Amino acid sequence: MSAAAPTAGLDEAHGPPLLKVTGLTVKLPVDGTRRAVLRDVSLELRPGEALGLVGESGSGKSMTARAIDRLLPPGAQVDGMITFDGQNVGALSGAQLRAYRLQVAMVFQDPRAHVNPVRRIGDFMTEALRTNRDLPADEARHRAITVLGQVGIEDGDRRLRQYPHELSGGMLQRVMIAAALLTGPRLLLADEPTTALDVITQSEMVAILDDLRRDYGLAMLFITHDLELAAAICDRTAVMYAGQIVEVRSSARLHDDPLHPYTAALAAARPDIAMTVGRLRAIPGRPLSAFEAPTGECAFAPRCAHVQDACRSTPPPLIGLAGGLSRCIRAHELRGRLEAAGA
Amino acid sequence: MPDSEPIPVLEVRALRKEYSGLVAVDDVSVDLLAGQSLAIVGESGSGKTTIARMIVGLEAPTRGTITVCGHDRSRPARSARLRRRRGQEVQIVFQDPYTSLDPRQSAEAAVDEVLRLHHRWPGDRRSARVAELIDLVGLDARQARAVPSALSGGQRQRVAIARALAAEPRILILDESVSALDVSIQAQVLNLLADIRDATGVSYVLISHDLAVVRQLTDQAVVMRRGRVVERGPTARVLDDPQHDYTKLLRACVPRPGWQPRRRAAIESA
Amino acid sequence: MTTPATDAWPAQRRGRRAAMLRAIGPLGIVSAVVIVVAIIAAVAGGWFAPDNPDLPNLSLSFVGSTAGHLLGYDFEGRDVLSRLLAGAQSSMLGPIAVVCMSMAGGTLLALVAAWRRGITDTVISSCLDILFAFPGILLAVLAAAVFGAGLWAAAIALSVAYTPYVARVLRGAALKERSLPYVAALEVQGASGTAICRSHIVPNVLPLIVAQATTMIGYAMVDLAAISFLGLGVEPPTPNWGVMIFENEVGIPQGYPLPALAAGTCIVLVVVAFNVLGERLFTYAQAVRR
Repeated sequence: MSAAAPTAGLDEAHGPPLLKVTGLTVKLPVDGTRRAVLRDVSLELRPGEALGLVGESGSGKSMTARAIDRLLPPGAQVDGMITFDGQNVGALSGAQLRAYRLQVAMVFQDPRAHVNPVRRIGDFMTEALRTNRDLPADEARHRAITVLGQVGIEDGDRRLRQYPHELSGGMLQRVMIAAALLTGPRLLLADEPTTALDVITQSEMVAILDDLRRDYGLAMLFITHDLELAAAICDRTAVMYAGQIVEVRSSARLHDDPLHPYTAALAAARPDIAMTVGRLRAIPGRPLSAFEAPTGECAFAPRCAHVQDACRSTPPPLIGLAGGLSRCIRAHELRGRLEAAGA
Repeated sequence: MPDSEPIPVLEVRALRKEYSGLVAVDDVSVDLLAGQSLAIVGESGSGKTTIARMIVGLEAPTRGTITVCGHDRSRPARSARLRRRRGQEVQIVFQDPYTSLDPRQSAEAAVDEVLRLHHRWPGDRRSARVAELIDLVGLDARQARAVPSALSGGQRQRVAIARALAAEPRILILDESVSALDVSIQAQVLNLLADIRDATGVSYVLISHDLAVVRQLTDQAVVMRRGRVVERGPTARVLDDPQHDYTKLLRACVPRPGWQPRRRAAIESA
Repeated sequence: MTTPATDAWPAQRRGRRAAMLRAIGPLGIVSAVVIVVAIIAAVAGGWFAPDNPDLPNLSLSFVGSTAGHLLGYDFEGRDVLSRLLAGAQSSMLGPIAVVCMSMAGGTLLALVAAWRRGITDTVISSCLDILFAFPGILLAVLAAAVFGAGLWAAAIALSVAYTPYVARVLRGAALKERSLPYVAALEVQGASGTAICRSHIVPNVLPLIVAQATTMIGYAMVDLAAISFLGLGVEPPTPNWGVMIFENEVGIPQGYPLPALAAGTCIVLVVVAFNVLGERLFTYAQAVRR
């Protein structure tokens, strides 16, 4: 699917966007001060589209998903706009917010931290259906078993009666995905759903997500630190650094033709499974959070191999180029010269 | 320090570990020659971490032998003195940078404590050696005085490496030591480990599920599944030309551009 | 290559002290002051007493607040303020001794059980379970029967009764600490169990120890007062706040609440001060750890 996907750049029309984030800036209260964790994040997602969100620590990728799902910690200051199907997400409350959460489901990295260990799987899975949609218990269970079958769990009836600790990590993550899909959402936010899983289980989980996406017409925001993984399963990939989006590119072209030095450096820093090199091309310094990065200049400037004086004088805007976006003022001239790891 | 004839620094024979009915490690034999680095690859439940813990003495094998530098260590040491002596042969760096260090201890103090365990040196000789080790792992003086909460994950792992090297071991076991690090930091630490190997001649035993990292750092590899060795050989050969079906499956599941995620028809039991 | 930051260390220390003061807050500082005053009173209270705290004068029984005797007289006509000051010693000393002894015993048992695990842990835990069955007061009665009444017998009996509570809480925390990778790293290095417990496990578990101790002072005060009331602890006429409450309790329905209330207030103030300060120190220590 992914390799054959059309170059779904931003100017490709699939209809109006399902999710639209504009100028999202989030500040969190820490130790009495307000620290910025997201700066002016904008992205769009169309129905049925998969967007990968890639970044290292402090990039703000998880925060973005939490902001979309209204899961930010209390005291967070949010500026900018998030709209879902035209509705302003920030303005929702009460019943509307609950209805929104039925449409936007989230899957987390560690399933065990997000499930009540003393309740059976069945109770936990059918809860949303029974309370929000007023479904009778039998019908809810029946639906749960069907969806469990779709994520590859055949003996759903038995599983529903089990407790979380009786399932392995991979199994539990499948259950979480199934639970997320039960309410028939239109958008799935997956926050590092496979990071804690073995590579074989990861491969399966990702294949399942792919199938389900096509069957249900589900849009997906796939958050990961693994550039190759995102590029392989998402139509487009957005790369984040220090709380900002620094590149958006169709996945097929991300590796061969990156538009931002950070993307290229990230790909080059990864060891190659097919080749041993003497030393890896490491990026000096360490990844910064939005509040640690210098303002008034490019956040990546201190670590960039292509930095020039102009980079340090103004914060760079997102420029459109070759069907993608780049937050580098030298994007045009560096195009083609940015080294990326070979496939 | 090139060896004219490679001698085995680690010999594991027929190692077995059982936990009340469950067999975690089943008849595993492994060799490591001086100057080599070995990877033990597998997924969770493969037994690779259990093997590492048995080699370093944190777990007792049910059966089998472990020999390091000619000394038998098939049973964990009972006395602190024996543990100290063995600590000068094999050391370990763990996965989680956030719990590998005492949160109350500065980097310098942690390394100094280890030096005091192994040597009766005067204070200034110790300080000099601490400074050498801190420098070897790429930290500066300010970071040396910092407590772990003031250091990043990558910096903490460097401290853990410095602490392990303070004992001057022949073998350093890296138990998923770079798995919890950001990609750009992981690259730095992998380069650092290669530099350290060149400088000190230490041999690595890398426990990892990440095949690319394994390729980068090791020359021999052993693939484990459910406690048994399914394939072994030079790392490059095992990854480029896998013989066993499981190794082929592992290799095929690594994400790369153009990769198609695969789905198995039946689910194995949890 | 090395960036000399010669002024970093003193600044760090200053910062940490300021941070601790900020974490403790004004209420914490007030609590610390109350504790210090109570300790001074315990050490030298008798010297500051304006009147003889032991000499009864029944004609002054339950006389209220007058000039020069702000807290009035107790049921036997003794100046309440003087009795409070003189009573600080037995009121503070007993509980502090109980807490110190039970903390020492409980910590030791917890560390041994947590470090060695296995059979040692099972045996120690079973012994502690047996000890749990005995309420402190019962043990005090037993001690009095064997050694005769007195503050020390009561204090020792209470310490024995409190030890399992301390040990149980600390064993859990010590087990958790012991299973962290850095302890394993030190074991591999060849550090001895004693050294690791002393230099690493205890300091990291210390906030819990402090919190535990401050909570227990309150219980010890109340238990010792009850034991004294039974006639098995502090012997009259030795002044003691707990005993003063019981002695002067009859005054409350008669309209003379001051002596009992004054003594009760002293206990409450000290217990609350310990709890507040202990809790704030605990929270600060946990925050520093992260």
